[in-house]
Amino acid sequence: MSIVRNIAGVAKGMSITFGEMFKPTEVENYPDGPGPSRGAVLQERFRGAHVLQRDENGLEKCVACFLCAAACPSNCIYIEADENTEEKRISSAERYAKIYNIDYNRCIFCGYCVEACPTDAITHGHGFELASLNATTLVMRKEDMLVPTVGMPGELAAHSDSVK
Amino acid sequence: MEVSIWIFLLLSVLKVAVVTVILLTAVAYTVLLERKVVGRIQNRWGPSRVGPFGLLQPLADGIKLFLKEDLIPESVYRPLFILAPIIALSCALMSISMIPFGPDVHYKGVQLFQISDVNIGLLILLGITSVGVYGIALSGWSSNNKYSLLGALRASAQVISYELALGLSLVGVVLRSQSLRLRDIVDVQSTHGMASWNIFGGLQIIGFFVYLTAAYAETNRTPFDLPEAESELTAGYHTEYSSMKFAMFFMAEYANMITVGCVATLLFLGGWSSPFGHLLPDFGGPIVQAILPIFWFVAKVFFFLFLYIWVRGTLPRFRYDQLMSFGWKFLVPVAILNIIATSLWLAFRAS
Repeated sequence: MSIVRNIAGVAKGMSITFGEMFKPTEVENYPDGPGPSRGAVLQERFRGAHVLQRDENGLEKCVACFLCAAACPSNCIYIEADENTEEKRISSAERYAKIYNIDYNRCIFCGYCVEACPTDAITHGHGFELASLNATTLVMRKEDMLVPTVGMPGELAAHSDSVK
Repeated sequence: MEVSIWIFLLLSVLKVAVVTVILLTAVAYTVLLERKVVGRIQNRWGPSRVGPFGLLQPLADGIKLFLKEDLIPESVYRPLFILAPIIALSCALMSISMIPFGPDVHYKGVQLFQISDVNIGLLILLGITSVGVYGIALSGWSSNNKYSLLGALRASAQVISYELALGLSLVGVVLRSQSLRLRDIVDVQSTHGMASWNIFGGLQIIGFFVYLTAAYAETNRTPFDLPEAESELTAGYHTEYSSMKFAMFFMAEYANMITVGCVATLLFLGGWSSPFGHLLPDFGGPIVQAILPIFWFVAKVFFFLFLYIWVRGTLPRFRYDQLMSFGWKFLVPVAILNIIATSLWLAFRAS
């Protein structure tokens, strides 16, 4: 009788796989999907390319405190600070980051910079299409990472040197 | 007379070229079909990037394999290392030459739908496929690699063991048609459509399943793919092969699959004969009537390839002792019982 049982078992397995063939796929339809993410579904906590945030007035949140650079285990953040003046105000505090580079050749996406930031200026976005054939293009400048100034008051936009 | 010899040669070379090209294309697209179907079974997409629905994927794979560096490790025995994939592939391609694809149509005395019409076609076919195991055994030995050697040993033992069951399962069919010529075997089955196929009317359904199982083992396919059990032997006998030499083993495996499908179609499913026999009125013009047998043949072979892939997507791999005991203690006795039953039945009917 074990033969009959074995044949029944194989037949059952075959019927299951045949049924599965006509069910929808479980995988994301990544490059062919709709929307800007092209079908990729990312969790909220996903740590992608960094985004530098602005405050409600459109000023940069980064105050060039260097805590992110200090926290970075792979030393990929390079910052040059400069003083804010009355004529040229970039951030709400005393100083602002004149240069803010992240070298994605070295970044390990650990998120320590985000945790270290006292003003919540640097955050992990959901950008993940970072691959490049040229290593020099992987060094992102502040202008590449800053959120755009859409909807910003005209006066502030004129003062900001980060408008593309 | 001299003219007809030249025409014969020309047509034969043409036939060989056409069949080889079609076979190699079929091999490439069987790989794609396998990846697609196994993908669907696992709720994935399968290849979809190259061309519409990934239809150009075989082309991309082929180019990749051609352009790869052909690495020969230092300590291999070079003559056999190079010869082994050639043996494997040439045996796989050669066996297709016995297969008749369609009815007996002659053009200037040359058989159109078969490369060579031999009266012991089935024996030659079995012989050539048996020689194919040399490719595997020699590749494993000449690689000078323990994994390869183990894979080759397993493959040789497995193929030789299951060859017995394979051969015995076909005896019932040969008894019924009383001929080893593949055309005769098909002709016996083409009288009443599906009802006279060997698998149904010929009462060879047990022989069919023994053949099917043994054929899976012969072509080293899941659930009998122990020679290349990735989890135990890295890649089995072709661990040390790269580029085109690896591709030749790969193509040989799939060409063998197609050949086995063709043989099963011819011996058990009535070859190119329509499943409806003469119940279906002749429709269409003479061109449709000429193509229809080829269509049935291709459809049946396709069904076999799909079955192969379906089984691969379902069943796990056997353990080696299970493989051996299944072959020797179950398949061979069943095949022998099938021979006895068939001959008794034939003798009873003849008396």
